[in-house]
Amino acid sequence: MFDTASLMMTLPELVLTAGGLILMMVAAYAGDGAARLVGWLSVATLALAGWTLCPAWATSGEAFDGLYRADAFGAFAKVLIYVAAAVSIIVAPRFFETGRAIRAEYPILILFASAGMGLMVSAGDMLTLYVGLELNSLAAYVLASFMRQDGRSAEAGLKYFVLGALASGILLYGVSLLYGFTGSTSYAGISTALSDGLSHGELFGLVFVLTGLAFKISAVPFHMWTPDVYEGAPTPVTAFFASAPKVAAMGLTVRVAMEAMGGAVHEWQQIVIFVALASILFGAVAAIGQTNIKRLLAYSSINNVGFALIGLAAGTREGVAAVMSYLAIYVVMTLGSFLCVLQMRDKDGNPVEDIASLAGLSQTRKGLAAAFAIFMFSLAGIPPLMGFWAKFLVFDAAVAAGMTGLAAFGIAMSVVGAFYYLKIIKTIYFDEPAAGYAPAASRLESALIAVSAAVIVIGYFFNPLLDSVSAAAAAALH
Amino acid sequence: MNELGFPILSLMMAVPMAGALLCLFASAPQARQVALVATLADLVLGLLLWLNFDQSAGHAQWQFQEYAPIFGRFAWAMGIDGIALTLIALTVFLMPICILASWDSIEKRVGEYMAAFLFMETLMIGVFAAQDLFLFYIFFEAGLIPMYLIIGIWGGVNRIYASYKFFLYTLLGSVLMLIAMLWMAREAGSTDIPTLMAYSFDPKVQTWLWLAFFASFAVKMPMWPVHTWLPDAHVQAPTAGSVILAGVLLKMGGYGFIRFSLPMFPEASAQFAWLVFGLSMVAVVYTSLVALVQSDMKKLIAYSSVAHMAIVTVGLFAFNQAGIEGAMMVMLGHGLVSGALFLCVGVIYDRLHTREIDRYGGLSINMPKYALLFMLFTMASVGLPGTSNFVGEFLALMGVYQASSWVALVATTGIILGAAYMLYLYRRICFGDQKNADAAAMPDLSPRELVMLVPIGLSVLWMGVYPESFLAPMRADVQAIVARMAPAAPEGDAKLTAGKPHAAPAEHENHEATNEHGGPETAAEAH
Repeated sequence: MFDTASLMMTLPELVLTAGGLILMMVAAYAGDGAARLVGWLSVATLALAGWTLCPAWATSGEAFDGLYRADAFGAFAKVLIYVAAAVSIIVAPRFFETGRAIRAEYPILILFASAGMGLMVSAGDMLTLYVGLELNSLAAYVLASFMRQDGRSAEAGLKYFVLGALASGILLYGVSLLYGFTGSTSYAGISTALSDGLSHGELFGLVFVLTGLAFKISAVPFHMWTPDVYEGAPTPVTAFFASAPKVAAMGLTVRVAMEAMGGAVHEWQQIVIFVALASILFGAVAAIGQTNIKRLLAYSSINNVGFALIGLAAGTREGVAAVMSYLAIYVVMTLGSFLCVLQMRDKDGNPVEDIASLAGLSQTRKGLAAAFAIFMFSLAGIPPLMGFWAKFLVFDAAVAAGMTGLAAFGIAMSVVGAFYYLKIIKTIYFDEPAAGYAPAASRLESALIAVSAAVIVIGYFFNPLLDSVSAAAAAALH
Repeated sequence: MNELGFPILSLMMAVPMAGALLCLFASAPQARQVALVATLADLVLGLLLWLNFDQSAGHAQWQFQEYAPIFGRFAWAMGIDGIALTLIALTVFLMPICILASWDSIEKRVGEYMAAFLFMETLMIGVFAAQDLFLFYIFFEAGLIPMYLIIGIWGGVNRIYASYKFFLYTLLGSVLMLIAMLWMAREAGSTDIPTLMAYSFDPKVQTWLWLAFFASFAVKMPMWPVHTWLPDAHVQAPTAGSVILAGVLLKMGGYGFIRFSLPMFPEASAQFAWLVFGLSMVAVVYTSLVALVQSDMKKLIAYSSVAHMAIVTVGLFAFNQAGIEGAMMVMLGHGLVSGALFLCVGVIYDRLHTREIDRYGGLSINMPKYALLFMLFTMASVGLPGTSNFVGEFLALMGVYQASSWVALVATTGIILGAAYMLYLYRRICFGDQKNADAAAMPDLSPRELVMLVPIGLSVLWMGVYPESFLAPMRADVQAIVARMAPAAPEGDAKLTAGKPHAAPAEHENHEATNEHGGPETAAEAH
């Protein structure tokens, strides 16, 4: 009757779903006054879901006849997703505090999105993938337009919805082509069918699937929605978008590319190489002229996706491990940067997003300025910060796979990217102080910033751990 | 562990690092004291290092080694040979002087300033002591961060442009080197620098690897035509920043050539020697002429640095003992002399707040002590016998003469032009009439400034009179590099042979025969 083994494997998603439903009831009856309580309970739910992933008791294997796969790869991605989701919940109340009441749906939507993302990275079948993707996307559309009264937020939600729906359509079309020509929607089935050469139909399917996924990871040339959505969405939501769904979509892309399309590496490799280089180049060049910090970080995320894709382009197990390490470091850097952005409030407590307002921050708020500088240098890939190590790993994988030219071009482009990160540091450290910000009001946020900055600075001591976890994740892929 | 029983290299890096953290939280006067104590402590450790460095015949090439594989893909591997030893000594010697030079002139954000300098010291020692390829790269690149901040925050009017230019130029040079390093580590299966120095890469690949490393070191050195960041950075940086830039950071380029390009890619080095020679010859003549027409003192010295560094590169690619030893001596001598010259500029800049040469004149009348020391450093920069630079330049040019007499000819004009621009500078500043009243009213050197300049002056004379102290530790290491490159060394155009004595006894003839057989290098050693 019940497939208990399968249910146990999907325990993280079950916990999140059940927790989300129960908390929805709590919110419905207790009202928005309980928003903070619901928030903390959501964090607890995420922690519980994360706890079920602990290798000591989590079972791994194929659930529901291969629809879902519980393995080290999925577990690693999920841990990153849950951490990012928890941080996005924790920082939210204070952001919504000024003038915009927090509503209890916020953490619940993030819980549902996390459940969807968990399905995405654990999918063993195109349909599970699609269900997870849509669950995540629907929650995300609502989150983007969470500040209904704000025009920019509503615009962000609408744009995200329209373009996201388009991407889903393209993806679904690709899946249907693959199904039509291979006769299967499971990764294993598609992989078997592709291993004996690629028919035109299969090639089209592959291209459409990758296009849909490129939308989701906001890789050039399917990145257009990113800056607008990042700018318009409330900052905690932007922090969430830039971290958790990126991990989920990248994890998903890696799994689809390596497992379902493992037989056609040479075909998708060209696509991935192009997309990676285009993202790096465009993300670097387009960011230079930005004046809004959230928009700038949006381009930075496009740029970073490009670097992560270089690891995938290598098409090796080592490359996959590099992508996973990259994502882990990227999540810390991005969350740290957005936590700093959340601190940018004028004397009345209203959020400021102008880069120019950062001028002379190093003289008004030393600690924040130092943390900001650490994240920016790290994103620029300057050692001895962890951002360098992330790039090191993907380029190492590319060099090992014989793609020296790709690595050389990519790393040369990272110098272009360094320019705009430097521009922020210049504003913070070299310019004369501007009006200044309100003093830090939340110890919790300050502590989170301090922790992420510390991880970025002394992260090299965790290298052996990161290496072994990423290697285990990569080895879990078939 | 090592000869001393404690990890001295790590300690030398930890002391300034701890000082840097303290400075961040200290008040301005405290920060100055902390920085001075930390750098002096490092100087003492440096002396200890030098005194305990085994220089006896047949000593181990790598000493004070430390190894801790704590970073996964690479290791905390430390160790020095004689070449690294002398450069570390130069670093720890210049650092307290830099702190003293900033004592009064830096007024805003003192804690952060001192922290940046101390962090810089940690990284510079790290560069010279690292024995792991990627550890070296991390220290090499990380130095950009404090230097960017030093130029950008405490620099002159045009500091922001200069800081960007410095950062992006050097970064672009270095990233290609990283790709080459990744490839090398794969190919050789090791990130250990001594292992890689003994590994023979395929000559075809060496070409590419050499070019990637060259991109980095040529920018750092800096070689013409990628030197343009240097005058900007020097002019805008605060005095101590210029001292550390000229004194130590430029030496990282030369160190890179000695440590990586020459022993790891000997065939490619021989293949590209003409390129290095060509660029260096242009640099010597061109930048010397540019220096001649400068009206800004710092810019003049900055251009002279490019010319002196070109003599280093020709010496390095001479493929013989004299050339490489000479290049090392020029690096050490130039580190002291150009540092001292920047300090001399800083001394009068602090009084009059201009670097315009025309605003000064006749300083020997009201600042006799200053004029004396400035004279010493000017002469040292020109390469007067008895000063440090003479030894280095003479050896380097002698070395390159064996490789190519034309290169030696052109490079030697650098000394003549150097005399021209330096003496012209000195005449305009110290001699002549006291045409500006405010310049004529400047007081002579304060005790603090004497404490900064006199030790450098004494070292310059020591290095000029008894260079053996500095040549002895590195001799065996240079020999090892020359031996490593010998199979690939291009044949020089100077066919030196030992002279033929009139009445030659039998054993002499034997000796002569081996000399001729051994080629120009051994013949040159024999005299």
